[in-house]
Amino acid sequence: MTDAGKPRQKDVIHSKIWQEIPEPDNPFAAQACYCSGFDVYGDLLGKVSWVEYLYLLFKLEPPSKTQTKLLEGVAVALANPGPRDLSVRAAMSGGAGGSIAASCLIGALGPGSGQYGGAREMFLAIRLINTCGKDLAIWQDKLTNYEKQDDVKAWPDIEHIPGFDPYGSSCSTPVKQTLDYLSSIEIGEAGQLQWLKQNRESVEGFSGNPLAMVGVIAAAFIDLGFTDEQAEMLFMILRLPGAGAHALEQRHNGLAKYPFFADGLKLSNDPGPVKDNLEKINK
Amino acid sequence: MKGPDTLIEREDNWETDMGAWFAGERVVFRGLDVFTEFFDKDWVEIWFFSITGKFLSKKQIELFSRTWAICTSFPEPRIWNNRVAAISGSAKTTGMLAIACGTAISESKFFGGQASFAAADFITRVKTLVVDEGKELVDVVKHEIDASKNVPYGFGRPITNNDERVPVALRLAEELGASDGPHVKLAFEIEKILIKMRYRTKLNIAGFASALYADQGLTAKEFYRMGAVIYSAGMMACYIDAVDKPAGTFFPLRCKRISYEGKPQRKWEN
Repeated sequence: MTDAGKPRQKDVIHSKIWQEIPEPDNPFAAQACYCSGFDVYGDLLGKVSWVEYLYLLFKLEPPSKTQTKLLEGVAVALANPGPRDLSVRAAMSGGAGGSIAASCLIGALGPGSGQYGGAREMFLAIRLINTCGKDLAIWQDKLTNYEKQDDVKAWPDIEHIPGFDPYGSSCSTPVKQTLDYLSSIEIGEAGQLQWLKQNRESVEGFSGNPLAMVGVIAAAFIDLGFTDEQAEMLFMILRLPGAGAHALEQRHNGLAKYPFFADGLKLSNDPGPVKDNLEKINK
Repeated sequence: MKGPDTLIEREDNWETDMGAWFAGERVVFRGLDVFTEFFDKDWVEIWFFSITGKFLSKKQIELFSRTWAICTSFPEPRIWNNRVAAISGSAKTTGMLAIACGTAISESKFFGGQASFAAADFITRVKTLVVDEGKELVDVVKHEIDASKNVPYGFGRPITNNDERVPVALRLAEELGASDGPHVKLAFEIEKILIKMRYRTKLNIAGFASALYADQGLTAKEFYRMGAVIYSAGMMACYIDAVDKPAGTFFPLRCKRISYEGKPQRKWEN
């Protein structure tokens, strides 16, 4: 690394997102911060909603009214997957076990990033939906012969078609309610959400599994114009509120009230009690 | 629809042969009683036992442990994963969070997790195709480049092409009699082919180590999993360095160090 430290111009952060104008008395304190040209504290604050600002951060342009409404709906649908969700369970385990706040949220992000109900499933669902578009014949082909579209080999194999619930009997009511609401928001020409609502039962038939919330949200992100990478990030961000709230709840409830599954573990190769451990060690 | 039968079957029912804690009494790890069977083991042996289900030979443990010692934990706070540990220290957060976050950053396509997995996957595939199936190495390498539009993982490096760790690790492998396995030989042959093809990409440590480990019988997945802890020593050094210095002083950036290249200033219209 020392070789790379040749004298050169000072390193800078290149950004199309953020600009800062320094205070006259301190080059390290910002007098004004601009997000894609908008003065965040002098103009946006008080004018924009949180989701409008989120959209601006990722897309660098303000959202339309209907895009704002759609993203608002996505944010509400995602904010709390509930305490049975794997990411929230991870956060709660931190809370109940006495871990600090960041540990709980970092704990939630691990499983929340995954290919079963997590952000990578969403990423893969977006790739799948983008490949199939609104052509039922392509959906049939791709769902009956699903091939994962991911060149990152470190991910484990995915065991189900992204966007569908491998353990579902039928499409759950919250998923249908979310699809109904989000697809009712007119975003211009008929989008992927509307197509999915009209063809849900057909694609479920092809996949052999009911549509999952991940699939609905993936279609919404496509209609909002987000890329798979942007949607993967936003999915994780937007699901953290529930993880944080539930972690705190379990912290206050304490370990004794938190499931330990005391009788739930079945060890298949138990060598049995070793009564004279110390004797063996001392031999 | 398949339905929830799998979940119903697993309710309060985690069947495992990995192990369990018998509260206040004993611990079982992959079928072995920890307090007796692990009493004379090093932690590194247990790490590999956890991953592979086997106890490696003392010589293998020495080879792996010593390659970690010289190749994986540089206390260089500008390297991306270490930088996160240093930034964590400068932000005055905890040491465990620093290591956790630095480790998360080690899941990278340019170094660490993704790169290691891909390098190990490549060299084991090459060995199967060339040594076991008799294909021409040059053709295999060309096919890999055509398919991925890139030089194979395990070759080339960010910042500098020269990986100073490779000759030292090779010397260690030679000392321990582990340098002439088929994967290691192939790795150096591929380097020559790439240079002939005018790629300025030399064998890097992930490429060398993945070949070395493959020669010792580790799969790509095992090689990848083994790497989850190996950067910690360098990260902890970077964390301690930064947490012991005044807050926020790790390469502070003045406002003008953001080079703005976006839209001109404008007003929000509701």
